[in-house]
Amino acid sequence: MNAVVVTGLGVTAPNGLGVEDYWEATLAGKSGIGRITRFDPSQYPSRLAGEIPGFAAEEHLPSRLLPQTDRMTRLALVAADWALADAGIQPQDLPGFDMGVVTASSSGGFEFGQGELQALWSKGSQYVSAYQSFAWFYAVNSGQISIRHGMKGPSSVIVSDQAGGLDAVAQARRQIRKGTPVVVSGAVDASICPWGWVAQLAAKRLTTRDEPSRAYLPFDGAADGYVPGEGGALLVMESEESARSRDARIYGEVAGYAATFDPAPGGERPPALRRAIELALEDAGLAADQVDVVFADASADPELDRIEAEAITGVFGPEAVPVTAPKTMTGRLYSGAAPLDLATAFLAIRDGVIPPTVHVTPSPDHAIDLVVDRPREAELRTALILARGHGGFNSAAIVRAFA
Amino acid sequence: METQQFTLDDLKRILIEGAGAEETVDLDGDIFDEDFEHLGYESLALLETGGRIEREYGIVLDDDILSESNTPRALIDAVNAQLGSGSQAA
Repeated sequence: MNAVVVTGLGVTAPNGLGVEDYWEATLAGKSGIGRITRFDPSQYPSRLAGEIPGFAAEEHLPSRLLPQTDRMTRLALVAADWALADAGIQPQDLPGFDMGVVTASSSGGFEFGQGELQALWSKGSQYVSAYQSFAWFYAVNSGQISIRHGMKGPSSVIVSDQAGGLDAVAQARRQIRKGTPVVVSGAVDASICPWGWVAQLAAKRLTTRDEPSRAYLPFDGAADGYVPGEGGALLVMESEESARSRDARIYGEVAGYAATFDPAPGGERPPALRRAIELALEDAGLAADQVDVVFADASADPELDRIEAEAITGVFGPEAVPVTAPKTMTGRLYSGAAPLDLATAFLAIRDGVIPPTVHVTPSPDHAIDLVVDRPREAELRTALILARGHGGFNSAAIVRAFA
Repeated sequence: METQQFTLDDLKRILIEGAGAEETVDLDGDIFDEDFEHLGYESLALLETGGRIEREYGIVLDDDILSESNTPRALIDAVNAQLGSGSQAA
């Protein structure tokens, strides 16, 4: 059986730039959530975000790329560079058609688009950049990574809000099974600009609190919405054969995946998250008691928290498996969230430790064993990652250690 | 009417502002007759450059001029022709 494995990780997160920086911060419970600094948020009902501090694109990327890229794409290009370096892959040494790129995107390059719209209405159409033709576009991260590294194999973008991060990895897995040896996958989202912000506010699921440690509290009785963030992770995925032929270090295997869609509001059917978990287990050929940790979607909306907790206890039993949401330290990164959780799961498996959910006092209404406050040592082989997108998307992925 | 001259320095400044510079290319070298492609500027970078020249100099460049001017010399000549000076770039 030719498994699909992960050999490289690249992370850009509000609490850490680079894999080890992020992992150290995450185990230390260091949060990257604070008052927005990229614009003055005082006139908006929500004012907190997980911003990535200290990212200077010109230190990492050639000047040719800067005028044509949104912040989201710059972060994605750097995360891809780091993931490839981590995997020990020099793309120029591989045949172009043996490498593909599949990313997810939730909003596209909003900040770039906002600048061009401002130029359009204040100065006129001749002031709109030629690069607006693609710089805002959902598929731009896939395109720019593909061009930068000469990756001419199957490339695409998946748009399903926060679930997209797992859906992209699943699509990459399909492409590898169909014969492309190496695929860069995952997602980086970043739209903390006024235009991006009002778009996020429109869903009415953001917290309006101002105290970072009391703002994003999934599974807490005080949960009242989430804090958005920017960033995410890119992963180098390979066929087992490709990884073995290069003697690559293997973080683990993407062993299972499934996606379901919720019924329309007021419908007869139950929410479909539980079904996604069951189908992912079936795809991985695993029983529920073989899962060692669950990375929750953790929406911090009381109703969505209840649905998620019930899905987890429905499959695994009450308090039967440790559950964690390290995204309490980054905010919800939209399509970037689940790839970051995947990366975190591989690091957790590597080091035998479950990173914590911070600031949360679990509500007794949820019968889940939430790992809070500090990391918990545990022998880990298999992790389940959950992600839900606005509008009814549910995705579940299972990763496991690879012998 | 005062005639304005569009020079290689103007072009380099606008190229860098609008499209950056390739690390492996020395724009300060003798690039008058280098192909834009060799200098690292593909058609979209030239479209952006043309738009910036039009804005700054208050002229309109035909799409043909941008697609047919393969070198800095050809583009500079075309811009100067529009500016009414008709003078050679060098």
